[in-house]
Amino acid sequence: MIEPATETELAEALRAAAGPLRIRGGGTREIGKPVAGEVLSTRALSGIELYDPGALTIVVGAGTPLEEMEAALAAENQRLAFEPLDYRGVLGSAGAPTIGGVVATNASGPRRIQAGACRDSLIGVRFVDGSGAVVKNGGRVMKNVTGYDLVKLMCGSWGTLGVLSQVAFKVLPAPPDRAVLLIEGLSDEAAVAAMAQALASPYEVSGAAHLPRGVDGDPVTMLRLEGFEASTRYRAGALRALLGLGGDIERDLQKTAAGWRYIRDLEGAPAGGDLWRISVKPSDGPGIAARAGADWLEYDWGGGLIWAVVEAGVDLRARLGNFAGHATLIRAAQATRERLAVFQPEPAPVAAISAGLRARFDPRGILNPGIMG
Amino acid sequence: MEMPVPDPEILNRKAAIVARLQKVLPEGAVIHEPTETRAYECDALTAYRCPPLCAVLPGSTEEVAAVLKICHQEGVPVVPRGSGTSLAGGALPTADSVILGVARLNDVLETDYDNRFIRVQTGRTNLSVTGAVEEEGFFYAPDPSSQLACAIAGNIAMNSGGAHCLKYGVTTNNLMGVTMVQMDGTVVEIGGAYLDAPGLDLLGVICGSEGQLGVVTEATLRILPKPEGARPILIGFNSNEVAGACVSDIIRAGVLPVAIEFMDRPCIEATEDFAKAGYPMCEALLIVEVEGSQAEIDEQLKLISAIARRHDPVELRESKSDEESARIWLGRKSAFGAMGQINDYMCLDGTIPVSSLPHVLRRIGEMSKEYGLDVANVFHAGDGNMHPLILFDANKPGDLELCEAFGAEILRLCVEVGGCLTGEHGVGIEKRDLMFDQFSGEDLEAQMKVKDVFDPAWLLNPAKVFPLAVSQARRPGQIAAQ
Repeated sequence: MIEPATETELAEALRAAAGPLRIRGGGTREIGKPVAGEVLSTRALSGIELYDPGALTIVVGAGTPLEEMEAALAAENQRLAFEPLDYRGVLGSAGAPTIGGVVATNASGPRRIQAGACRDSLIGVRFVDGSGAVVKNGGRVMKNVTGYDLVKLMCGSWGTLGVLSQVAFKVLPAPPDRAVLLIEGLSDEAAVAAMAQALASPYEVSGAAHLPRGVDGDPVTMLRLEGFEASTRYRAGALRALLGLGGDIERDLQKTAAGWRYIRDLEGAPAGGDLWRISVKPSDGPGIAARAGADWLEYDWGGGLIWAVVEAGVDLRARLGNFAGHATLIRAAQATRERLAVFQPEPAPVAAISAGLRARFDPRGILNPGIMG
Repeated sequence: MEMPVPDPEILNRKAAIVARLQKVLPEGAVIHEPTETRAYECDALTAYRCPPLCAVLPGSTEEVAAVLKICHQEGVPVVPRGSGTSLAGGALPTADSVILGVARLNDVLETDYDNRFIRVQTGRTNLSVTGAVEEEGFFYAPDPSSQLACAIAGNIAMNSGGAHCLKYGVTTNNLMGVTMVQMDGTVVEIGGAYLDAPGLDLLGVICGSEGQLGVVTEATLRILPKPEGARPILIGFNSNEVAGACVSDIIRAGVLPVAIEFMDRPCIEATEDFAKAGYPMCEALLIVEVEGSQAEIDEQLKLISAIARRHDPVELRESKSDEESARIWLGRKSAFGAMGQINDYMCLDGTIPVSSLPHVLRRIGEMSKEYGLDVANVFHAGDGNMHPLILFDANKPGDLELCEAFGAEILRLCVEVGGCLTGEHGVGIEKRDLMFDQFSGEDLEAQMKVKDVFDPAWLLNPAKVFPLAVSQARRPGQIAAQ
């Protein structure tokens, strides 16, 4: 294992690399087509380099544990708005997720519908490309159109264009209060319609999820409101009246935090079977989910994100047919990930652009080769 | 401003190129008479002008593809143009280039309130996107000052922002998908009516690429429900430093205003003379706007007032009605017009960390004395995006050059404190030659590699963004000269 302690050492390691490398942060997301190669760990590129709460910005080493970063933010009543999910439970992995891993996979949780994805909060990167060139892009300010936006290109590139050494984020205040409207017994179609109505309201819903089988086995739809206490009280009541479907309003901070962690981290997903992540136009969701023939389903993002556990080894895309959106195989046996495309295959002209970018940023093909298919 | 020397070989073939373009476009969609091409000689950076070889106005994605295919075969540079409101010279042509205007592509293709998006052709103006959905209670969030005129195509090219991006983000955060034509005529679809396009985030790098990677003809845009209400508070201070500290304290208190606007004394004085909004005469003025129900607005404004009072404000005016809100915004909205009344001005667009505000304003004041040119500051303080306006006299020989040198020094200062050259206007030609102040050769090389992939012949808007000396080797047959 190679573990550079500085960006300079990282650049030297990449220039000296003789063969393929598996880029690893905390090693908690073994996703993608399996990669053979020596492990290059970013864990030693760790630490908060700058945190300016009055400017809502934080700059950290890519190997910084997410937990350390979130604790520093919480001490100032701030947070990463995109609510990064933790894959450890559902993938059965151990270790400490790093912020670099979050960025490389663009890992975003339920608040993505209101506050954007990881790529929307990320404002700067430093990375080393496959030829060993050290590149910076973006910076530490939240409005920046100076040159091309390689920040977004790096986010979600799964280590295939460069190895991140430093990342900078726009952060947001953490509201002091939270209320969740819980509606039981809705069909998938009715739940998606209710979530659409809630998200079209002025009440700033920051989470909209539906479990066809909740903790007690019955369907439950969850709508989250965050803000100052007077505000969440008013909005939760107004939202319940608007939807006209009844439901309970849960205000306990610990209970509601646990409830959204359950959604975010897929705590209800059974351990067996393959886990797929399907991104769709929300109103198409129930129809697509029905075609999936899943053992377990979770709708997040107002129905626009469907998590499905299906029997192992099945090519879910063949079952779904053509649809507006894409499916990613998140958890499956190594042989299945070798056989099926983990990421949605791209149309030829788009695939040509992606291949062109990889060839330029990683001319020797040493950075997580093939992980995205 | 250096621009590439036009290729004489292309100029000689003008008639043949025009004839080929006329074959694939409807009558009147190819503008080639010298008296008519002048309409396309510049954008809103009017100091630099050059009529193009010709201008084309295709009416569909297929026509755009046909035009690009011909230009690709002929080796003719293409400069895409939205509404021509760029302040950075993003749509400035060269004499050997074809202007590709999207003005005829202005249809709404689909509105979907359940899934909260609108799909439009990109020649449509920013404000008319909101216009198409507001009856249903929705709006399109990015709101550049030019929103009445500017096109979505230009917004995507420059990743435009606006006054409300502290809460709602800029174009890239509200763009879900595009139909884009590459320089060789290939049409690609990226993203769509769902969140987070699969594979590499190509959408993210296309947005803000200043028309250098492709011509975006259709866009899927996120629309949002309108808030129940919004009201501002106006706060006056006796020093820029105190106003800057107040901005930081508001943000740290956990309030997220939808906008925090800042004006300094020279700007307040000019706008008062012009708009008579009744602003207090003080060193610095903040306009902070919050959203929500009436009760929610009252609560947030109460909190902001309490924070402001700790900084000894000379004025604190909370809006209680739509009329009072309009009066508070009147001066801010007329600031640019007011400055234009008293002088020629150059508008800068650097961004700085909010915490550096007092230092940067002090340095700008010192530089203003050194250069002998006045500066007025008006900007989005919440996100650190500054718009210093340098006043000069265009009729006085040497004044424009002096102003440009002063502007460059302010932008270098922005970079020095951890900020950037441009927050929302783009690089264009205006900041092209300052790129080395922010980036290393390797940083720029990485960006140019992206262009190599999308447009290997470097025909799309080739003389923009990158210093000409740096991009010269990639731009075939063109030699940079005075």
